[in-house]
This record gives sequence, structure tokens and C-alpha cells, in this order.
Amino acid sequence: MAAQDQATAPGTSRSLARSRPRYGESVIKVVLMAAAMISVATTIGIVAALLEPTIEFFSEISFGEFFGSTTWGPLFNPAHFGVWPIIVATLEITLIAVVVAVPLGLAAAIYLSEYATPRVRKIFKPVLEVLAGVPTVVFGFFALAFVTPLLRDWFPFLDLEAKNALAAGLLVGVMIVPIVASLSEDSMAAVPNGLREGSYALGASKMLTSVRVVVPAAFSGIVAAVILAISRAIGETMIVAIAGGFKAVFTFNPTNEMSTMAAFIAQAGSGDASVGSIAYKTIFAVGSLLFIMTFVMNWFSARLVQKYREVYD
Amino acid sequence: MSVLSTPRSAVRLASKGTPLREHVFRIALLSSLVIALGFLLMLLIYVLEEGWPRIDATLWENMPSIRRPETAGIQSGIIGTLWIIGLTALMALPTGVLAAIYLEEYADRTKWYNRVIELNISNLAAVPSIVYGILGLGIIARWLDFGFTVMTGAITISLLVLPIVIISAREAIRAVPPSIREGSLALGATQWQTIYRQVLPSAVPGIATGSILALSRAIGEAAPFLMLGAATLVRFNPEGVWSSFTVLPLQIYSFISQSREEFHILASAAIVVLLAILLLMNSVAIWLRNRYQKRW
Repeated sequence: MAAQDQATAPGTSRSLARSRPRYGESVIKVVLMAAAMISVATTIGIVAALLEPTIEFFSEISFGEFFGSTTWGPLFNPAHFGVWPIIVATLEITLIAVVVAVPLGLAAAIYLSEYATPRVRKIFKPVLEVLAGVPTVVFGFFALAFVTPLLRDWFPFLDLEAKNALAAGLLVGVMIVPIVASLSEDSMAAVPNGLREGSYALGASKMLTSVRVVVPAAFSGIVAAVILAISRAIGETMIVAIAGGFKAVFTFNPTNEMSTMAAFIAQAGSGDASVGSIAYKTIFAVGSLLFIMTFVMNWFSARLVQKYREVYD
Repeated sequence: MSVLSTPRSAVRLASKGTPLREHVFRIALLSSLVIALGFLLMLLIYVLEEGWPRIDATLWENMPSIRRPETAGIQSGIIGTLWIIGLTALMALPTGVLAAIYLEEYADRTKWYNRVIELNISNLAAVPSIVYGILGLGIIARWLDFGFTVMTGAITISLLVLPIVIISAREAIRAVPPSIREGSLALGATQWQTIYRQVLPSAVPGIATGSILALSRAIGEAAPFLMLGAATLVRFNPEGVWSSFTVLPLQIYSFISQSREEFHILASAAIVVLLAILLLMNSVAIWLRNRYQKRW
């Protein structure tokens, strides 16, 4: 009460400087920071979850066997632990996906950024977002039930198996198109208009300006988008589990059934591998490999994005 | 031939209309976009056509069944998804927004730990969802001993969508111009008063849009739940956070894994329900964005 009286009393001069420390403000800052730290804790949690079983795995199975042989079958008896078949399958499906997604996504990005009128963009961008939001289990079903039979009808000479890497890779490609398209478009939109105007002033056409000026200027952003899309494709699980299958054979032929790293984790994880068994530990060993691969790519992509931001801001 | 003939280059500069390759290029670009979106259209038509005979009341009323795909439903999947999404919204949205406020309003970017947090978040946003499943299995289900329950699933999915919530909330907060903050601070408001009364209200539409998109990602996730023992046909609704559960995408996965044709029809019908929910959420998000988009 006394303080209030003092404040309302006329003539008493109050210093404009802060009269008392505001502890509430500091408490709020700590709470906010704690929320941000949860993300760091998540990373630590992932590493912790992976590390111990992985170390135990490699104390039983040598590095040489894991990386040096080409028969994969940890769930079989006798078990084999040569990881190459699932790495090859992962890379092959990723390659198919990239061959589909990069031209489509890049062309879509150039169209949206350089050619489309605002009205057209307002229609297409949300539709791309819807495509990005389609659950992968739905893409997997579509690949298995629609695309594979269609490919078998059109190309009977390919001799596609009911589950195959080709259809799975195609749909993984469709899944990552929106990532390539929207991130590349962002970086093209960040290219200053002066560059375009300079190019037009020199007599270049719209196509030349897009291909020779805008795309090179946005190149690091485009590369970042593609890397991010590749890392998404490597880690994609449901499409490859449904349409690609679980049979791990060391082959480069995409018409065959193939098990990727993520598909193996899904298969072994949803099965009843008992805790502590070597099959259970294999999940974590493959998980570590997958995590490291995607982590390196994401980090690289994030660095590229940071770099190109610094150029034009 | 006159001496003053026009040079060829001048003729080309003066030529009317655009050359053919410009048109071809433009059409190639447009058709790429149309092909990508054509997949979406084909997919929608296919699942609608396949699933149409099963989109009826029994789909909602009945529980999934291995023996009778003709009358099996997806009720436990829908209820399970609602539980997971509800809990995820409760956990991930407040945490994500608080973290975004810290990073945008408080964090000093010259400090190494703040840069680590930032880099870490963009990394986490791209970690494969199956790896989050491993996190849920190894840490939450086993180490914390939460078991294969709704709680484990909700925490796992919350951690999965958290980076997405943070990134979109940061963008919304960043879009509020500094002059608003400066005005508030100049009038004597403290930093938190400025954030709570000026910045956040302006950023709410953007935050809401991002949150809805993040939750719709969570609804469609199946891979992490595979690791959390939700794969089997669950014939009951969860009774609480410590009950076992299934979610709609995983239900669809288990239908697809069956070889009988009726299960594929059932899967299509369930996919139609899932896509309808997602489309609805997407439309709300887009509407929100367009309705409340402010130009400062």
C-alpha cells in the first residue's frame, strides 16, 4: 500500500530507471530456453538409443562381416550380416526417385518462380502442399495396387515382380517432388530482380534468363533442396516396405523385390525380435547407419542454405 | 542489292513473336508440374473408385477384423489417431511455440550454443521418421518403461513434429515487423509484455497455419508406430494414455499386408477417410493463411 501511495502522490519524483529487478522476466527466459533445449535432448536421445545396442552389435559381429560380405538375413537361421544388399537397394531406389523428382521438381520450380502469374501460383502452390501432405502409406498402396500392375501391362518384357524397386522408387520420387520444387522455388525467388533485368537488357529471352541467370544464381539453394530430398528418400519407410518388399537380395535389377535399410528396420521392428537378441541389436546397427547417412546430408544441406542466405540478404 | 541493307542482327532484334523453343520450354515446364500433380489426381480417383463400396457406416461402427474384411471397420484406428493427435497438440504445440519465441526474441545468435540449437533443429526436421521410431522404442518404451502405450506414441510423434512446429512458428514471429516491438518497448513494456501482448497476437494466424500442417503430418505418420508395437489389428479403443492402441495409417498398412482383395478395398476406403481428414485440415490452414495474411 505504501508504495502505491507514494506513486500516486503528486510531486514525488520517481526515478525512470528500473526500480526493482524483474525476476519474472528471467524466469520466462529460462522456461523458453528449456523448451528450445528439448530439441537438443531429442538428438541426444536418438544417439543414446542407437549407441549402446550398436556397440553391442559390433562386439558380436565384426566390422569386416558387416561391411565385407554381401548376404543379408539377420532374421534367418543361420543369420547373415553382410549389409551391402540393403545399402544397394536403398541407393538404387533413391537414384530412381532422384531421376524422377529432380527434373519434375526443378521444372515446376522454374515455372512457378519465373513464368506463373500470381493467380496461377495461388492455385498450384496449395496443390503442391497437398501432394506433400499425402501420407507415405497411401503412396505405398498406390505403388503396389495401381502403378505396378500398370507397369506390368505396359512393359511386359520387364518381368516385374509383384513387389519391385521400380514402382517403389517412382513413388518415392513423386513424394519428394514437392520438397525439390518448393525449396528450389524459394531460392529462385530470393534471386534479386536486378539480375533478371540485366539479362533482359542484354537481349536474353525469358528461357535464357531462367536457365542461364536465375538457376545458376540460385544453385546452392537448389543443391540444398536436392540433398534434403535425397535424405528424405533414403529414410523413406512405408513406400518401400509396401511396394518394394522385404527380400534382401544382392542385385542391381530394379524389377526385383528389394529390402532397403528403412524397410528392414520396419520389418524387424514390427516383428517379435526379443530384446537383447542379435536380431534386435541389428535394428539399431542399421538405424545408426541410416541416421549417420541422413545426418551428414542434412548438415551439408543446412550449411548450403545458410551460405546462400548470406549472399543476397 | 542496295548498299544500306539492314544487318541480320537488327532483323533478329526486330523480329516479332517469340521463337518456337521458348514456347516448347514453357510447355515443358508446365507439363512437369501437371505430371507431378497428375499423380495426385490419379491417386485420388483410384482410391475413391476402389474404396467406394466400403465407404459406409460399418466402416466407422465396426472394429478391424482379419476374418471378415467385408464388414470390418476402422473405429479403433480413428479413435487411436484422435488420442495421439490430441496429446501431440497438447505437448508439441506449446513447446514448439515457446522454443520459437526463445530463438527469435531472446537468443543471441553470436553465442555458439544458440547456433547449435538452430542447426540441430533443421537437422532434426529431416531425420527419417523410422529413426524417431527407434528413439521411441529404445528410450521411451524401454528405458523410461512407458511400454507400447498411447503415451509412448504421443511423445514420439510430438518429438517428430516439434522441429516443424518450431520452424513454422519462427517464420510467423519473424514476419512481425520490429517497429511493433520498438513501439511497445518505447512505451515502457517489458520484453515479455511486448512479446505476449504485441508480437504473439500478430503472429497467431501464421503459428496456427504451421501447427495445423505439422499435426496433419503427424496424422499421416505410420513408420514410427511400426516400431512401437501398434502394428497388429487392435480390436478395441484406447481407454487412457496407458492403453495400447493403433492408428489409422498403421491400420491401413496392416490391411494392405493382407493378400485378399477385400482387404485392398477396405484399405482404399480407409485411405479415403484419412485423405478426407487431411484435406480438410490443409484447407483450413490455407484459408487461415489467406484470410489473416497481413501486409505490414
